[in-house]
Amino acid sequence: MSHKSNDEAPAAPSFWRDPRKRQWIFQILVLALVGLLFAYIFHNTLYNLEKRGISTGFDFLNHEAGFNILMSLIPYDETYTYGRTFLVGLLNTLLVSAIGIVFATLIGFLVGVARLSSNWIISRLANLYIEVFRNLPLLLQILFWYFAILPLLPHPRQSIQIGELFLNKRGLYLPKPIFEPGFGWVLAALGLAIVASILIARWAHRRQEATGQPFPVFWTSLGLIVLLPWLAYGLAGFPLNWDLPELRGFNFRGGIGVIPELFALALALSIYTAAYIAEIVRSGIQSVSHGQTEAAYALGLKPGQTLRLVIIPQAMRVIIPQLTSQYLNLTKNSSLAPAIGYPDLVAVFAGTTLNQTGQAVEIIGMTMGVYLVISLTISAFMNWYNKRMALVER
Amino acid sequence: MAETATVYEPGTHPDLPPPATEVGVIGWLRQNLFSNWWNSLLTVVGLYLAWAAFAPLIQWAILDADWVGDTRDACSSGGACWVFVNVRINQFMYGFYPLEEQWRVNLTGIIFALSLAWLMVPRIPGKRYGALFVLIVFPIIAYYLLGGGSFGLPEVETTRWGGLMLTLILATAGIVAAFPLGILLALGRRSQMPIVRALSIAYIELWRGVPLITVLFMSSVMLPLFLPEGVYFDKLLRALIGIFMFQAAYIAEVVRGGLQAIPKGQYEAADALGLSYWKKMRLVILPQALKLVIPGIVNTFNELFKDTTLVLIIGLMDLLAIIKTSLEDPNWLGYSIEGYVFAGVVFWIFCFGMSRYSMAIERKLHTGHKR
Repeated sequence: MSHKSNDEAPAAPSFWRDPRKRQWIFQILVLALVGLLFAYIFHNTLYNLEKRGISTGFDFLNHEAGFNILMSLIPYDETYTYGRTFLVGLLNTLLVSAIGIVFATLIGFLVGVARLSSNWIISRLANLYIEVFRNLPLLLQILFWYFAILPLLPHPRQSIQIGELFLNKRGLYLPKPIFEPGFGWVLAALGLAIVASILIARWAHRRQEATGQPFPVFWTSLGLIVLLPWLAYGLAGFPLNWDLPELRGFNFRGGIGVIPELFALALALSIYTAAYIAEIVRSGIQSVSHGQTEAAYALGLKPGQTLRLVIIPQAMRVIIPQLTSQYLNLTKNSSLAPAIGYPDLVAVFAGTTLNQTGQAVEIIGMTMGVYLVISLTISAFMNWYNKRMALVER
Repeated sequence: MAETATVYEPGTHPDLPPPATEVGVIGWLRQNLFSNWWNSLLTVVGLYLAWAAFAPLIQWAILDADWVGDTRDACSSGGACWVFVNVRINQFMYGFYPLEEQWRVNLTGIIFALSLAWLMVPRIPGKRYGALFVLIVFPIIAYYLLGGGSFGLPEVETTRWGGLMLTLILATAGIVAAFPLGILLALGRRSQMPIVRALSIAYIELWRGVPLITVLFMSSVMLPLFLPEGVYFDKLLRALIGIFMFQAAYIAEVVRGGLQAIPKGQYEAADALGLSYWKKMRLVILPQALKLVIPGIVNTFNELFKDTTLVLIIGLMDLLAIIKTSLEDPNWLGYSIEGYVFAGVVFWIFCFGMSRYSMAIERKLHTGHKR
């Protein structure tokens, strides 16, 4: 065997020995296989649909639905179209998710902080809450609240009353605000106060950077945000009335009626997700090393300032991405609604509408599309946030 | 007689015990429950809350409960009626599986428990063979044992499967089937090849972006449309296909986390040794990465185990569904709380056990990988 001299260029590798060419051939093969699979599925679907006499396309969205929906945020009855049904379901999904997110966050932060309490009993109780509710299937919890606990509530006549709030077998009744013409001024004042607070905060920050003089931003903003709307409210002649729920005959009239399905679903979603949020809050706060607290004390910050200026900003960096993904999970979990008959997107659209029209491909596609859009939007936000918040290391 | 203070030479003073208020039970109480007025208030409120919650619960569930009997007449003491659960326990465990064939389910369960012990107890050697057994051999055994129809075993249709047995089958079959695809997807997502990477990302993000219930709806109504004429999948298989596709995306993300945690030097060292891509992954990267993601896999399994209850909505008879159905029996109306509490206890034991196991493994693995 003879050695080639060094200045001679090596012969080009044979076709199969060049990893880059091999990779391209492999990729083209994969793509072709996936394409074939899709073509096969497409062919079968068209054939099966034709055999069953189902026409494809989205025309059905303009047909009359012919069924009523238990609860709707927009005007709806049997004469509206399937397109409207879709919208009603979507709004109901968003409503229960929004309620769930608010309460899950409140309970979650409370339990998470309690879990870190130096008080042994409080921290054990919080731990018990987390371990119990996180390790039970959500569907079981929803069924439990709806089928086992709600029937134990009293009849409307013996409602549990807290202020002007009534709770009974048929749901929860709340006072309903009625906005009269002048109420726009109150909202305008609130907006003005918020904008002013932001400007003041910026100015105060710049002044402190330049001169070192602090400014009580929090109290000023709080004063503005509380006082200005009240002032406007008074000047406009108190343009707000409450429509109170009242017992008439066998049921309540007036106010906002929360149907028991919504009540049970929102309750279960909040309690279940709160257990996860509590764990996130705990691990977020614990992720800030103790040295940070000691350093802050060494600089002469008070415990409250240490919490507000040092620990919370660093903990939030860990908490917020996980919190957003829990919000996303809650929204996706609200799709368990059909189990108790809450008319969300899955129940009215992928359930009733699908059964009536048989347009499986279009309807499942649209339903999945909605959830996909929501989750892609949230993950886009998360990526943006992570990039903004990423630690800039030396 | 006035006691005169003893004068000690420097360094000869005897050690005094710490004050009684700082150590022992009293010290612990002071430190953890009554360190200041606010803490003492919290303790009192906490104790009250605990008492208000647990005293009636224990009274209802244990002290006042009825345990034995055959009909609802046995429940007269006003507490929980566990007779309901007692009477139905066979159905809750095995669904409508024929009584004389239930030994097959038990045998499958025992084989599964033993092979799990092989995988989970660190002292037993041969984990690689254990994993191969669980992933390849066990599903075949379970299929013939449970389904029957050959080897002299009478056939039991899947429509008769139910209860806890079905819940466990759905969860384990889902995760075992999804595991290989999940690893491939994770590798695909970290691949240099743009088309493979794009396809993997699309698959993972698509399934992770939609709720499981829509996937189950899809597999139960859309899947029959995808199949050629004459091919029919039964309800259980369709649900399993849905769970499998959904779960693969989640496993892929867990495995990707493990792949990312392996230092770059390991990849480069494998390349420097001249290993091909598959050899590099099989011999160097995956053994390390998969060990790292065991807690993640257990957590995913835990979530899947809870999510299998969703098959109730497409009409399969898992543990929760069968309990819900029994509660509609006119002979046993009004025992919803007992039914759901029983389901809760069963699910809770499984899920809590799994989460504890994953935490223990995490602590154990943490030592070597703190960099």
